[in-house]
Amino acid sequence: MDLKEKLVSSFMAFENSIDVDTPIHDVRSEAIKVFENKGFPSKRDEAWKYTSLNSVLKHNYSVFPKQENVLDYKEVKKYFIHDIDTYKIIFIDGKYSSHLSQTTHDGMDVCLMSSALSKPKYRLVIENYFNKAATKDSLSSLNTAFSQEGAYINIPKNKIVQKPIQIIHFSTGNESAQMLQPRNLIVVGENSHVQIIERHQSLTDNAVLTNSVTEIFANKRAIIDYYKIQNDKQTASLIDNTFIKQKRESHVSVHTFSFGGQLTRNNLNFYQEGERIDSTLKGVTIIGDKQHVDHNTLVHHIEPNCESHQDYKGIFADKATGVFNGKVLVEKEAQKTDAFQANNNILLSDKASINTKPQLEIFADDVKCSHGCTIGQLDDSAMFYMRSRGIPEKEAKALLMFAFSNNVLDSVKIPEIKQRITKIIANKLGVNIGFDL
Amino acid sequence: MLKIKDLHASVEDKAILRGINLEVKPGEVHAIMGPNGSGKSTLASVIAGKEEYEVDKGEISLNGEDIEELSAEERAHKGIFLSFQYPVEIPGVSVTNFMKTAINETRKAKGLEDMPANEMLKMIREKAELLEIDRKFLSRSLNEGFSGGEKKRNEIFQMAMLEPKLAILDETDSGLDIDALRIVANGVNKLKSKDNAVVVITHYQRLLDYIVPDFVHVLHNGRIVKSGPKELAHELEAKGYDWIKDEVGA
Repeated sequence: MDLKEKLVSSFMAFENSIDVDTPIHDVRSEAIKVFENKGFPSKRDEAWKYTSLNSVLKHNYSVFPKQENVLDYKEVKKYFIHDIDTYKIIFIDGKYSSHLSQTTHDGMDVCLMSSALSKPKYRLVIENYFNKAATKDSLSSLNTAFSQEGAYINIPKNKIVQKPIQIIHFSTGNESAQMLQPRNLIVVGENSHVQIIERHQSLTDNAVLTNSVTEIFANKRAIIDYYKIQNDKQTASLIDNTFIKQKRESHVSVHTFSFGGQLTRNNLNFYQEGERIDSTLKGVTIIGDKQHVDHNTLVHHIEPNCESHQDYKGIFADKATGVFNGKVLVEKEAQKTDAFQANNNILLSDKASINTKPQLEIFADDVKCSHGCTIGQLDDSAMFYMRSRGIPEKEAKALLMFAFSNNVLDSVKIPEIKQRITKIIANKLGVNIGFDL
Repeated sequence: MLKIKDLHASVEDKAILRGINLEVKPGEVHAIMGPNGSGKSTLASVIAGKEEYEVDKGEISLNGEDIEELSAEERAHKGIFLSFQYPVEIPGVSVTNFMKTAINETRKAKGLEDMPANEMLKMIREKAELLEIDRKFLSRSLNEGFSGGEKKRNEIFQMAMLEPKLAILDETDSGLDIDALRIVANGVNKLKSKDNAVVVITHYQRLLDYIVPDFVHVLHNGRIVKSGPKELAHELEAKGYDWIKDEVGA
């Protein structure tokens, strides 16, 4: 039985295990039909031309966790941003870990999707927001059908959330291969501000496939800074589907740091539903071996006077492959749009490759849209210059690569995250130098 | 200190140096002059260890040790410094951080601990003052958007920080106005001691009014065709290079 059949046939059992009398029962049933119809995307789909899921789908994944697992904080502390106080919503093999988490209901909800889906007091929010941003593509639909657990964050208006929120999914490898489908819903009220850090971390070399959906709603003048740290084991793959709806004058930024994993696909979609909205999409990808990272972005400019900034840097070594497909869609009404997109890449080996494709569809006539992509190598003259000052080749390379990524890191607003990313990069490049540039 | 014997070097199979002999002793200043294309910059790059240049024949040694097989960074660790004719712009790396990394990597190579941060800061402040460099300048990206004069001053600032045994100044005077030239030359003179040596590569005699050489060598067609005391520089300035060409029958 292939994975698709397995998932479709598991759906009945899944539905029986939970309360069918919830508002999303119909949504789930509809979604599994979409998945059954469309199946997993293949290279025949334009949006998946350069990313094949074949090698990822061949494992015999268990689709529900069989048992609850416990982790000692000491064992996994290093995956946390632990030098600052944060809220934490932590999952182990798809199940919530109250032991590792620190949630709150004090003036806002930083808690669990499972309780939001089942408790009557959240019913209205779920009806208004659940599955209202996600598209009906096959993978998001698959997640919708099985959605049960994840982070639920609801910030009322006029609230500046003082502590960042960490969402971490651990997989322990108790199953030989495991599929996880976390579902996050984040609603941020007018004038409120929140910072969120998301991470997926496998703790063994057993295969993990995560198909995650995150829906984010930024109301008027809300500010959301979202950081995705992707530094998983090379036996773990991630399909991240993130959908962000923004209202008037809201500012949302998503930084994606992709250093690990076997295959990582980031579907990042912004919808601007009001004027004077600002959307920022930035990423640094540094991969080697046979790793693959695919950034598929969409910014939908629907209303006038909005801005979007995209800046993705990629460094590819060995046989690593990358994809950047950045779509900017400017509707006829979206006059005075200012949309910027850049994708710069460095290939460190002859066998590494990047497919980069800017896609601009502009129907308004008074806009400022620019895009640029570059693919190059490390500058030999810069290398000699640095080495002639006593900086060894490896360190000089690292410094150049770090400098190359630096303007993405510069816009990270939490210093501890910046430090952590810097450390991960130094580790990844095998150097021990301070990059406090 | 530096001994070069019958050095032949080429780039992409094109022979550029065709038998250079040169000896530089501690405390000396040597000037290497010559027309464009005579191989001056190549000589500087070969001594500093640029990999694109192939040494076909000959020997280069520093303090009795053959350095020909050493990488550029290893040569730097041994005390060779090259002030670039065209310093490279490195966006995203500040002058300060670049210097910190260079100094600590050099210390690491010598088995020393990192320089304590306060000591480093003090040193940076002192050396910046010597070159009349504004503190704001130090947090800018290395060479990015620097004027010609700023780039050269920054090179000598790096030299001051690294305290090399042998400094090679490749066309350090080009692109400098008279004030900047004086600052740069003053910096070099202050760094001079009986234990280190300077090789000044220049097309014009101008810089040599400020950094006075003990010896002047004329490079032509990849060979040193004439050597002499500092007066030779004046002669070259007055007469140009043609008479040398005639003299050596090239």
